[in-house]
Amino acid sequence: MTHNKYLRNHRLTEEAPAPEAPKAAAPAGPAPKDAAPAAPARNACEPRTVAPDALRAELEALRAQGYDFLECLTGIDEEADGLGVIYHLCNTQTGSRTVLKATAEGRENPILPTASDLWDIANIYEREVYDFYGVKFAGHPDMRRIFMREDWVGYPFRKDDKTEENNPLRMDNEPLSDTTTQYNADGTTETHTIFGKDDYVVNIGPQHPSTHGVLHFRVALEGETIRKIDPVLGYIHRGIEKISEQLTYPQTLALTDRMDYLGAMQSRHALCMCIEQAMGVEVSDRVQVIRTIMDELQRIDSHILFFSCLCQDLGATTAFLYGFRDREKILDIFEETCGGRLILNYNTIGGVMADLHPNFQKRVKEFIPYMRRNLEEYFDIFCNNVIAHNRLDGVGVLSKEQCISFGCTGGTGRASGWHNDVRKLRPYAAYDRVTFNEAIRTEGDSYARLMIRMDEIRESLSIIEQLIDNIPEGPYQEKMKPIIKVPEGTYYSSVEASRGEFGVLLVSKGDKNPYRLHYRSTGLPLVAVMDTACRGNMLADLISIGGTVDYVVPDIDR
Amino acid sequence: MAMKHPKIKNIPYEEFKDNETFEELVAQLNAGGTNVIVRPLDDLINWGRSNSLWPLTFATSCCGIEFMAVCAARYDIARFGFEVTRNSPRQADVILVSGTITTKMAPVLRRLYDQMADPKYVVAIGGCAISGGPFTKSYHVVKGVDQIIPVDVYVPGCPPRPEAFLYGMMQLQRKVKAENFFGTTNKKQKDPYRDEMKQKGEELLKQAEQA
Amino acid sequence: MFNFSIVTGWIHQLLTGFLPEWTAILIESVLVALAIITLYAVFAIVLIYMERKVCAFFQCRLGPNRVGKWGTLQVFCDVFKMLTKEIITMRNTDLLLHNLAPFLVVTASMLTFACLPWNAGAQIIDFNVGVFFLLAASSIGVVGILLAGWSSNNKYSLIGAMRSGAQIISYELSIGMTMLTMICLTGTMSISGICEDQAANGWNIVRGHVPAVIAFIIYLIAGNAECNRGPFDLPESESELTAGYHTEYSGMHFGFYYLAEYLNLFITAGIATTIFLGGWAPLHIVGLSALNGVMDMIPGFVWFVGKTFFVVFLLMWLRWTFPRLRIDQILSLEWKYLVPISMVNLVLMALCVAFGLHF
Repeated sequence: MTHNKYLRNHRLTEEAPAPEAPKAAAPAGPAPKDAAPAAPARNACEPRTVAPDALRAELEALRAQGYDFLECLTGIDEEADGLGVIYHLCNTQTGSRTVLKATAEGRENPILPTASDLWDIANIYEREVYDFYGVKFAGHPDMRRIFMREDWVGYPFRKDDKTEENNPLRMDNEPLSDTTTQYNADGTTETHTIFGKDDYVVNIGPQHPSTHGVLHFRVALEGETIRKIDPVLGYIHRGIEKISEQLTYPQTLALTDRMDYLGAMQSRHALCMCIEQAMGVEVSDRVQVIRTIMDELQRIDSHILFFSCLCQDLGATTAFLYGFRDREKILDIFEETCGGRLILNYNTIGGVMADLHPNFQKRVKEFIPYMRRNLEEYFDIFCNNVIAHNRLDGVGVLSKEQCISFGCTGGTGRASGWHNDVRKLRPYAAYDRVTFNEAIRTEGDSYARLMIRMDEIRESLSIIEQLIDNIPEGPYQEKMKPIIKVPEGTYYSSVEASRGEFGVLLVSKGDKNPYRLHYRSTGLPLVAVMDTACRGNMLADLISIGGTVDYVVPDIDR
Repeated sequence: MAMKHPKIKNIPYEEFKDNETFEELVAQLNAGGTNVIVRPLDDLINWGRSNSLWPLTFATSCCGIEFMAVCAARYDIARFGFEVTRNSPRQADVILVSGTITTKMAPVLRRLYDQMADPKYVVAIGGCAISGGPFTKSYHVVKGVDQIIPVDVYVPGCPPRPEAFLYGMMQLQRKVKAENFFGTTNKKQKDPYRDEMKQKGEELLKQAEQA
Repeated sequence: MFNFSIVTGWIHQLLTGFLPEWTAILIESVLVALAIITLYAVFAIVLIYMERKVCAFFQCRLGPNRVGKWGTLQVFCDVFKMLTKEIITMRNTDLLLHNLAPFLVVTASMLTFACLPWNAGAQIIDFNVGVFFLLAASSIGVVGILLAGWSSNNKYSLIGAMRSGAQIISYELSIGMTMLTMICLTGTMSISGICEDQAANGWNIVRGHVPAVIAFIIYLIAGNAECNRGPFDLPESESELTAGYHTEYSGMHFGFYYLAEYLNLFITAGIATTIFLGGWAPLHIVGLSALNGVMDMIPGFVWFVGKTFFVVFLLMWLRWTFPRLRIDQILSLEWKYLVPISMVNLVLMALCVAFGLHF
């Protein structure tokens, strides 16, 4: 029994040799990960550097080779070297992955070619990088800020930016322009219109009951039919990634819980895993199992909340309260062991914060049949209701290709038939010793997305059932040094969070705090896809689509 | 001068924390003496107001989920008559600022506050709303919502437990019960943008008149 | 069965004994108006309390329990608060229409409220085409809603009002049809006539058997849509349009909408009682004269209110169970299903009546 996820990663890629041949033909030479399976583990995520001029050709070549999933696009400030961008690409057919990095020259006018026409999700990722680092993407049709106000001065993630000085608290209403700029490689600019004079634009948000937080959609309507949606983000952008750069590693953990608070366990698990991998720490079997159980409890918790909020949004208030009634049971279990209800702060580097409460097993065993019974009630009151079917069937259909191109992982992707469950693709923790089915539907509509969550609750219950009696003995916390320093390098690890693949990209320079910490938000792709999913549907469908793709706003904005 | 202690069902006066601040507030409000004739009327109105504080559905992050839990079956805020959450600020009485307020959100929150009809109350829920919480070091977080709007009650926690929510609401009830409807102004909290907003409003009015 | 007209007749005689006829009528009108307003307020309070408690029990909660025994005084708190809450006036709105709209809504529901037959002889507005008047009066409300949406100068309000207009006007058709069906059976349009007919011949829903039951179900659906209550609450659908047409209303202006919503619920249930469930007529079972005698001892007022609250409970049950429909689904439900069905049903009822196939 091994717990080195890297070995497993390699096994996975070895089993999938298909990309090897086209890889060799790729112009930029060998990819370290695939070419050298015996290489030290930490090199697996080390990006391959590509010159800015060759980047576009390289990306196009990879896209043509079947790298259809842009997992992550991260900006990084390399100080003297310039501003870099790291691309995490994945071939969904073969499962092989590759990491690229390009660095734009100069800090005045850094420019890189866009990938927004190759992967739909790149559009919003590149806007993020532009917003944080000021890297302009040549050919990107919509180079606006996305998280910061449009009148924000400077680029907050640059290491030398005087953010606070330049940006006092502005209490005037933020400007929202109706036009946008496209920068071209030859230095010219083009102006595009987002909303014309004839558009009847309704603001859904930032303070709106159905956006699940402070999200702002500018919606152009034709009667009640949606013509276009322009998401405006950043109302809860707290700069977690930037703050983390000044924190020590144990301190950074605290902030992960507060991003996707419905996936608190899983996000923290991802970061802990990433740091442990980087440091070569192996946690005990007991910890692996505890983490798995906790992740699954969290998943049930999150899916119940998903169900509740969807019902609330569609006006079935009673079902909302039924969901919350059952959720309290999970919170009780969490509370006994972790002390918290929502923000759990449970995982630590090298283990968990506290051992399981003596009541834990008993409570969980009581909960499993209870939840199974009540799940039937959910079907009685909502899922089998004719109005629920009318509201959800065939609404907001996403094809598998769209989901992959937009990077909609998790339930949203699986509802369209995309096998993207990280627990199956790259098993971590104790997922390789349990049997469970990856919930898959092919309809891709809102109802399928709801059903996926219902199925996953069942699967999670079964996973917990398999593990709860077999929690191995062992220490719940490995001995760690008082000051944790991560060896220099780039590390990436991901878990299957409640609403998709939650990834952590850690760039370390060997200090006691991270040089760059980037989280692959599960929600950002889901917001990006809203325009595609909602066009042509009615205003009321925006609510059901938004409800079923299931985003959590603080996770999007970070 | 001495005012009767406001009665909150099931919690004796002595068991409330921070009675000093409350007594100070009462003393301030009744500095001019208590009006014998209208005081009973005031009490009646305050009884109504304090038992019917309809919250605005306003949640920015984690604390919002706990607010939902407070509304749900186990904690049931409806017992106090607060379950009628209004989505329109015009109809809400209290804004529970549950979650981090970023600088981008600040003008929106201020506008929501300005849109509410008097009497309006603000409860800052959780560390983020009180001081910025774990995000004080951030460049994009308002360090305490009291920099933008006047706050009546602070409920610490990250996020506060539902019981803390209820306790905070009960503290607010006490505060409401001490107010005078007839007579002097009641808002003793510092409103950081009051004058600025007033000035802005007047300017807008002038512009409208000219146009 | 006690006939309330004895009381009213006695008061009239007493007043005309020492006053000229017109003064007596004036005084009576004022008294009646006061009585309606009081009843209106009392029922609003009872209904709001009932809604909050019923919904709490459906949702495994307790509901209000802090003020008064079992929270009975909760609604009074709300009223005091609402009365002392600021009414915001806004720039860039049509001030006259904005302020007029809530009153229109309340007026409409009061006018309809006055048509309800409380007891034998205790009916305020009663004439030979009473059902027409009732339909006409109740549709003033939609004007109030449209005005509210238009004058608020708010996009949410406008969309809410337009939805509401489309929905209410459509569903009025079904309501009219179902009422016609029952008028067909009773042969009179006078509301007191309908009740008396049922007191004599049995409740319409039993007399008219199949077509009457179909009409009753259609009426409940359409009536629910008329009150803008779930699953048809999209004019104010909270999760889409914050508060719909009354987004910009505060204080007592909003209070009027709030009151009118609950009263409309009561009125819808009251009309269902009147035309289907016998109005104030007691429950009679043919052949059980002892039981019938006991039933006759219960005053008609209690029968009417009791049946009405039963229907109100049914409607609340619906409200708290179903999710909300979408606007196109609401309209297609009406135009593709309810209208054709109720038309066929009308013919069916006419045939039943023509061939004497009813009880």
